[in-house]
Amino acid sequence: MATGKTVLVDPIFDNNPIALQVLGICSALAVTISMSNTLVMCAAVIFVTTASNVAVSLVRNHVPTNIRIIVQMTIIASLVIVVDQVLQAMVYDISKRLSVFVGLIITNCIVLGRAEAFAMQNPPGVSALDGLGNALGYSVILLAVAVLREPLGAGTLMGIELFKTVNNGGWFVPNGLMLLSPSAFFIIGLLIWALREWKPEQSEELEFKIAPNLQYREAF
Amino acid sequence: MPVGPREGIKNILVVSVVVCLLCSVVVSFSAVIFKPAQDANKELDRRQNILRAAGILRPDAATDFQGLDANQLFESFEVRAVDLDSGRFTDAVDVSSYDQLRAARQTSESRALSREEDISTIGRRENIGLAYFKLDEAGTIERLVIPVRGYGLWGTLYGFLAIEQDLSSAAGLSFYTHKETPGLGGEVDNEKWKASWEGIPLYDGAGDPAVQLVKMRSGDASEIDALSGATLTSRGVENLIAFWTGELGYGPMLKRLKTTGEL
Repeated sequence: MATGKTVLVDPIFDNNPIALQVLGICSALAVTISMSNTLVMCAAVIFVTTASNVAVSLVRNHVPTNIRIIVQMTIIASLVIVVDQVLQAMVYDISKRLSVFVGLIITNCIVLGRAEAFAMQNPPGVSALDGLGNALGYSVILLAVAVLREPLGAGTLMGIELFKTVNNGGWFVPNGLMLLSPSAFFIIGLLIWALREWKPEQSEELEFKIAPNLQYREAF
Repeated sequence: MPVGPREGIKNILVVSVVVCLLCSVVVSFSAVIFKPAQDANKELDRRQNILRAAGILRPDAATDFQGLDANQLFESFEVRAVDLDSGRFTDAVDVSSYDQLRAARQTSESRALSREEDISTIGRRENIGLAYFKLDEAGTIERLVIPVRGYGLWGTLYGFLAIEQDLSSAAGLSFYTHKETPGLGGEVDNEKWKASWEGIPLYDGAGDPAVQLVKMRSGDASEIDALSGATLTSRGVENLIAFWTGELGYGPMLKRLKTTGEL
């Protein structure tokens, strides 16, 4: 039986939803362009995942199996709409920049994944910890990506200038790729590599071994 | 598989109705209580964009150099509705609630543009546009801000163009929504580039829109450095300025104000 602590801490490095389960990549690509966007997005996901786990766990003994996914989605979607409304009321600028990605938390596999895999079988307290832990695992990766992307792509962090860019009369030539989504793929790939070097038990066994290619030789 | 009471059709119906009701209460509740704050934010955002274009607001903050916020600064502005075809002011709409972009989508409140007219690919142009006048104590025009929009490379750029007291040179340009490539066309947001708009004559000797975004300035006063690596965005900006300062945009109003001088 999992204890509260392992449920909370495990998903951060040992069973990270992005790095090990490779879920929730879409928003990791989209919002990590700047640190402030990322922080707000992480806060939103932390709230939604925790609250949806609690809500799903509370109704878990009443939900018929046939419609359980629909019930979970309804709860998650409502929470996301609430978060979107709050962001529009409190931090309008950032909510405008995050645009559709707040709404897309509904489709974030981590949220539904935790509701279905954990909250449906466990009481509310430990489900809350599980949701919080997984959202923190998601946040750790997102923040790591953003902390690399924003300075390299724009020379700023949290909007504060670190390197003066050429366009503003400085020396730093920003890496345009870092402003585009694919760069997050590379960074997440490198992070997964680093994490698996640190914790080798996370590497998967090879399913088969590639045989050496002996058939073709270089033509001279 | 045995069907317990929980899996029965009755329970399925009860659970779905209860969950839907609870969720809709939560959603409607949040939509209603946050509505006033959201509307205030939207209006503040629009005002900030207008003031940024006019160069009154600091580019990096929500206040001016004296620490006044957008709502206070906006009190010195007078908003007028303009019949874009004739260039005359009109009372046909309520300026506080009129949505120019929505009007452009209604066939009754806008006109379709022919291919030759539609240089910045906006499809339809509204009949009535808003103009924001900054007046001094005596009531003469200090600055004028007009909304502009047009197609760049990936999508439509929406922004405001500020015009100097002489009604024929630019005072500033600022976009609040666009989809241009970050780092290339996205540099339309660059403060240094935006500052290069100040004092640029909008019209040539014949009174036609004259601003050009060029690779190498040849000395003509109406030339502005194009954005490097963003030829199509630059062309889009050039076209949208030409459109909105031209005959189909706010050109007739500017001409009328220049000759009569009255508000």
